[in-house]
Amino acid sequence: MAVGKSNVRFDWLTIFFYLALVGIGWINIYSASLSDSAQGLFDFSQIYARQLLFIILSIVLIIFLLAIDAKFYERFASIIYIISLVSLLGLFVFGNNINGATSWYSFGAFGLQPSEFAKAATALALSKYVSDMQTNMKEFKYQIRTFLIIALPALFIIPQPDPGSALIYAAFVFPLYREGLHFVYLLLGFFAAALFVSTLAFGFPWVAGGVVLIAIFIYLKRRKKRPNLVKYITIAIASIAFAFSVNYIFNNVFEQRHRDRFNIVLGKETDTKGIGYNTNQSEIAIGNGGWLGKGWTQGTQTKGNFVPEQHTDYIFSTVGEEWGFLGSLLVIALFVALIVRVLVLAERQKNQFSRVYGYSVAAIIFVHFFVNVGMVTGLFPTVGIPLPFFSYGGSGLWGFTILLFIFIRLDASNFVHS
Amino acid sequence: MRKLLLLSLVLITGIVFAGRLFYLQIYNTSFQQLSENNAIKIIYDYPQRGYVFDRNGKLLVANQPSYDVMVIPRDVEAFDTLEFCNLLKISKVDLKGILKKARVYSPRLPSVVIPQLTKAEYAYLSEKMFKYEGFYIQKRSLRDYQVKHSANVLGYIAEVNPRIIAKNPYYQMGELIGRQGVEQQYEDVLRGVKGVKYIQKDRFNRDIGPFKEGIFDTLPERGKDITLTIDEQLQAYGEKLFVNKRGGIVAIEPATGEILALITAPYYDPGLLVGRDRSRNYTKLYYDSIAKPLYDRGLQGEYPPGSPFKTLTALIGLQEGVIDLKETVSCHGGYVYGRGRKLGCHHHKSPLAMIGGIANSCNAYFCTVYRRSIEKYPTPQEGIDNWEKHLESFGLGHYLGTDLPSGRPGKIPSAALYNKVYNYPERKWYATATISNAIGQGEVLLTPIQMANFTAAIANRGWYYRPHIIKNINLADTIPSIYNEKIQTTIDPENFEPVVQGMNDVYHYGTAAYIRIPDIEICGKTGTAENFTKIDGKRVQLTDHSVFIAFAPKDNPKIAIAVFVENGYWGSRWAGRIAGLMIEKYIKGEITRTDMERYVLEGSLEEEYAKPLSGEPFKINN
Repeated sequence: MAVGKSNVRFDWLTIFFYLALVGIGWINIYSASLSDSAQGLFDFSQIYARQLLFIILSIVLIIFLLAIDAKFYERFASIIYIISLVSLLGLFVFGNNINGATSWYSFGAFGLQPSEFAKAATALALSKYVSDMQTNMKEFKYQIRTFLIIALPALFIIPQPDPGSALIYAAFVFPLYREGLHFVYLLLGFFAAALFVSTLAFGFPWVAGGVVLIAIFIYLKRRKKRPNLVKYITIAIASIAFAFSVNYIFNNVFEQRHRDRFNIVLGKETDTKGIGYNTNQSEIAIGNGGWLGKGWTQGTQTKGNFVPEQHTDYIFSTVGEEWGFLGSLLVIALFVALIVRVLVLAERQKNQFSRVYGYSVAAIIFVHFFVNVGMVTGLFPTVGIPLPFFSYGGSGLWGFTILLFIFIRLDASNFVHS
Repeated sequence: MRKLLLLSLVLITGIVFAGRLFYLQIYNTSFQQLSENNAIKIIYDYPQRGYVFDRNGKLLVANQPSYDVMVIPRDVEAFDTLEFCNLLKISKVDLKGILKKARVYSPRLPSVVIPQLTKAEYAYLSEKMFKYEGFYIQKRSLRDYQVKHSANVLGYIAEVNPRIIAKNPYYQMGELIGRQGVEQQYEDVLRGVKGVKYIQKDRFNRDIGPFKEGIFDTLPERGKDITLTIDEQLQAYGEKLFVNKRGGIVAIEPATGEILALITAPYYDPGLLVGRDRSRNYTKLYYDSIAKPLYDRGLQGEYPPGSPFKTLTALIGLQEGVIDLKETVSCHGGYVYGRGRKLGCHHHKSPLAMIGGIANSCNAYFCTVYRRSIEKYPTPQEGIDNWEKHLESFGLGHYLGTDLPSGRPGKIPSAALYNKVYNYPERKWYATATISNAIGQGEVLLTPIQMANFTAAIANRGWYYRPHIIKNINLADTIPSIYNEKIQTTIDPENFEPVVQGMNDVYHYGTAAYIRIPDIEICGKTGTAENFTKIDGKRVQLTDHSVFIAFAPKDNPKIAIAVFVENGYWGSRWAGRIAGLMIEKYIKGEITRTDMERYVLEGSLEEEYAKPLSGEPFKINN
C-alpha cells in the first residue's frame, strides 16, 4: 500500500485548511445547537455531538481514502459513477421524505444523502472522460457527451426536489473551460444569466426594447465593416425569445416560493416576516457581531434561534454574530486559501485526469462557498445548499471529505516515481 | 489565461464577501439595534414615586394603586361573557372589539382591556378573576392628591412624549414623567431610579431566562420624599379668597426666601389630572383661552407694577443722594415736565416729604426723585443704566432663579432699549421721556413673585434669598446651594428705614388706613396699574389692576406678600384686603376682620372680565 512508502508526500497545507474549517465549523455548530437539555459532549440526541461523531468517522474515512492506490480512482471512475447514478435513481423507490424532499436513505437514526456523494463520482467520471486520449473538447460530439455526464445526476436530483444541489453541477464548466472549452460557451452562459436577471428585475418589455436598441447601436457603429445584418437580427430575436421564455417560465413554471426568493434578492419585495425572514434574521445576526463579535455561545440571535436552519445552511451567521468581522474574515480567508491551494496543486499535476479532477474539486467547493455565503449575507437568492466542511450533516461532510481527499491522494502519487 | 479564470473569480468573491461583511457588521449599525429589539426583552421595575409634604409636614401628594385588566389572547378560554361584561361594566360588543384588537396586536403579549380601575372595582373583581383564563389584573401607581388646591405648585404626572424620549434616553414610551410644578422641577428626585431586567427571548418571543445570568440587571431605587416651603392652610385660604377673581398671590418668608404661598386664579383641583378622565380634563383646561387656568399668574404674569414700584424709586433716590428726608415736593394735581405735559395725581395734601410721599403715593414727588436720579449723570444713558443696575440687584428684569419650571424675566428698560426706540443718535432722548418708570408704569414689567421678592428685600433692609419652594429632600437639609446664598442689594441698610416707615404709614393714615389689621404692624404699598388690551386690533384701556405689596410685622418680619387682582381697580379695594387677610391668617392663624373677609369672599369681578368680551362699549374704573 502506498501509505507505507517513504516517497509518498501528502499536501499537508491542504489538510491543515481542511482540519481548520472542520474544527471551526464544529465549534459554531456547538454554539448554534446548544440547549439546556444537553447531557454532555457525547449526548447523541444533541446535534453537536452527532457532528462530532461524523467528524471522527471522517478521519477513519480519510485513512481509507489515502490508503487506496491512486490508480484505483481512475480505473474505477466509471463504475463509481454508475453506482452513484443508481443510488440516485433508487431514491425514487426507497427514498425517505425529510423536509419535503426525498433525498435520503434511512438507516435507523442516521440517513444518507446520495446527492452529496454524487458530486465526487461525477467529478471522477468527467475527469476520466475528458482525459481520454480520444476526447477532443473542441468537437461537438464530445461536448455533448461531456454535457450528458454532468447533466444526468443533476436531472436525477432536480425532481427530488432539490434544485439547489442540482445547481452545483454548473461548477463543472470551470474544469471544462480549463481543458479547452470555447470561451463562447461561458460568455453565452453569462449573457443568458444577465438577460435572466434583468428580465425579472425590469420586466420583459424593457429588456426586449433594450436588446433592440443595443443591437441597432452596435450595428450602426460597425457599419463601415459591413457586418452581416442577418446575424444581428438572429441574435436579437434569440435574446428576446429567451427573455420571453424566462418571463413565461418564471410566472408559470416556477413555484411561488422560488419567485419570492428571487424577488427579495432583486429588492422587489421587502417582506421581512414572511419569505424574507431567513435572510433578514441572518443579516441581523451577522450585523450584530461588530468587530469582534459577541463571543462564543454569547450570540443573542443564535441563542434565541432567530435564524432558521442555523446549524446547517445558515451556520455562517453564527460565525458572524459570535466572532465578528475579524472571525468571519478568517473563515472567508480559509476558504479562499483552500480553493486557491487546490487550484495551484491541480496545475502541477502531471496527468490530465488529476488536473481535471483537481479543477472539479476547486470549482465545486467554490460554487458552494459562493452560493452559501452569498445567501447568508443577503447577496444571493435563498438556495438551500450547505457550506462545505462547516454545515451540520454527515453526508455533506463525508461527501466533501471524499471529494477533497481523493485529490490529495492523486496529488501525492505525483511523487511516487520521482 | 485559462488557468486564471477560476482563480480570479475565487479572489474576487473573497473580496466581495469581505466588503459585504464590513457593510453589515461595521458600517451599518441599524442591524445591531434590530437585534437588541428582537432578542432581548427589557423589563422595568418601577419604584414608588416620592411623597410631597408641606412645610408643616402635612401630606399633599401620595400614591394610589390603579388596576388595569389585562389579557393574553392566546390563553383565553371560553368564559361567561355576560357575567364578565357586567363585572367590567362594558357592553359585549365593546369587549369583543377590545379582544379582537388585542389579538391583532399580539396573541402572545399582554394588552389592556380596561385601564385604571378604582380600588373598589378591583376588590370586587379580584375575587372572580380566577374564572377567566387568560385575563389578569396588573397594578400600577398613580398620584393621589390629598388636597384640592395648589395644582399650579404641585404639577402633575403624564406619559412622556416622543420629544422627551429623544432628548432623554432614560424614558421609554408609556412611562410617566412630572409635568409642571414640583413634579417637573424635582422629577429626578421624586421618580427614583427604575430597575432593569434583561430577558433573552427566542424567535417565538418566549422568555428563555435572564440574559447573561443577569449581570446587567439592576434593582429599582425608591423616589425621595420632598417637603415644600408652602403652608398648606395659607395656600388653601388664598385660593378661597380668589373666588370669582383672577390674579395671583406670592408670599415669601423674608428671612429665608421660602415661598409660603403661591396662588394663581382661576385654579383647578389637581385630582382632575389623575386616572381615566385625565386626558379629557386636561384638554378642557388647556383650551380655556379666556380664564387660562394652566397659566401661573404668580410666576408668569408680567404686569406693570404701578405704585408699589415707588418704594424702589425712593430707595434709589436716597442711595444716589439726590434727595433727603426733609425736602418737600409740591403737587398740583400732578407732575409737569415740559410744555403742556403733565403726569396726573390724585387728591392729597401738599407739599410732601418722602415718608408722606410714600404714604399718600404722590406721583409728583416720585417723578421728581426719579428724574434727579437719572439726571445726576452726564447723559441720560448713563443715568438709566445706573438705575437699571440698582433694580437688577433686587432680582428684577431677569429670571429670578426660582425652583419652579415656569417663570418670566419681567422687564426693566435699559439705555440700549431707549436708544433703539428713539433712534439715537439721530434723535436725542432725555430722562423725561422715561418719566412713567418713576411710578411703575411705562416700560417696567414685573411678575408677582418679583414683587414679593423685592418686598422681602425691603423687609430685610437690603438683602434677600432667592425665592424657592423646596424645604428639604428626604428630611435632610440638602436643597440646592443657590438657595443658601444671601444676595445683597445695592442700597445701604440705613436708606431702608424711611421707606419702611412710609410703608407703615400707608396703614396709619395713607391709602390703606381703612384695611388695618388689629395688633399687627403691617408695612404695605397700594398700586393701581393702568393696563390695555386689544379688541379687534384697537388698543383699549381696561379697568386698572389692583396691586398690593406688604410685609409684617414691621420689625423682624415673618411674611412678605404681593397680591395682584386683574382689573380690580383701587389697590386697597381687592389686593390690599386680600394681603391683609393672608397676613392675619399666617401670623395669627385666625381671622378677626371678618367684615373684610366677607367683602372679599362675596365680591366678584366676573362682570368686569366679561366687559371686553361682550362686544359692546363699556365703562372702566367704576
